Amino acid sequence: MEIRVNPTRMELNRLKKRLTMAQRGHKLLKDKRDELIRQFLILVRKNKDLREHVEEELSAAFSKFLLARAVMPAESLEEALMYPTKTLSLEISEQNIMSVYAPKFNWAEEDTGSEEDSSIYPYGFADTSAELDISIETLSSILPQLMELAEVEKAVQLLAEEIEKTRRRVNALEYVLIPRLEETIKYITMKLEESERGALTRLMKIKDVVRAKM
Amino acid sequence: MSTYKIAVIGDKDSILGFKTIGVETFPVTSSEAALSSLKKLVSENYGVIFITEELARELEDIINDLNKRYLPAVVLIPNSKGTLGIGIQQIKKNVEKAIGADILFRKEG
Repeated sequence: MEIRVNPTRMELNRLKKRLTMAQRGHKLLKDKRDELIRQFLILVRKNKDLREHVEEELSAAFSKFLLARAVMPAESLEEALMYPTKTLSLEISEQNIMSVYAPKFNWAEEDTGSEEDSSIYPYGFADTSAELDISIETLSSILPQLMELAEVEKAVQLLAEEIEKTRRRVNALEYVLIPRLEETIKYITMKLEESERGALTRLMKIKDVVRAKM
Repeated sequence: MSTYKIAVIGDKDSILGFKTIGVETFPVTSSEAALSSLKKLVSENYGVIFITEELARELEDIINDLNKRYLPAVVLIPNSKGTLGIGIQQIKKNVEKAIGADILFRKEG
């Protein structure tokens, strides 16, 4: 389908300008898409590895925790965990991946306890089970990876969104706008040529008529 | 730069341990309760929200919405019964969305 226009020379020039602009935009967007996909693939591989690792570790920690819960009375377990020795504070900065802004997490542990060398265990070892220790140790060792996973996964999600948008635009330009412009340009050129030929034949005809009269 | 908080939503058995490492815990038992605490956390100053897959399965819509936003980051974690594979499934979906075909997990599936 072509765009409805008046077949004039001015219109033709305008369309040609639009076509070059569309082609330039198309090329740029295509480059953007390719680079986005490259970045995306790097990140998504990392995401997959991290997630597999984290899930494995977390499952282990949880199963140990479940054991601890089973061997300890619920009240004393809750009591043991009531006052954590650490709090997490999170600061968020932006990272720019191909003008997709993704959050970057900077987190810091702060000790809440007044003791100087506070351990990760908020309880004494006297009335807790060893499984609880293991579970908490695993959890606190997995925390950096958990935060990294959060960061990477967010970036992957945002990138996927952006890639989809970019791809739509590329396709709209490539398969809709540019072919239509080209077709319209062709239509106008043909129309113009046709009227030129028409004018020429008319001139020749008139010349014949004039000559016959003399 | 303001500081953000980290939260975890899940069943009590799974998330109690998170308390010791300084993550705020929000134990819930039903998906309705999870939904309301998730909404509450989103409106407050939380940067990262961990949620167990079991609950996330029923809150798919809102989590998908949140995933498009800059913050917070909603991260699925397995619960004490083990992983359901939703987290991995999500990565797979992202790949399909971005590239159109699943090129990452082809060998397994």
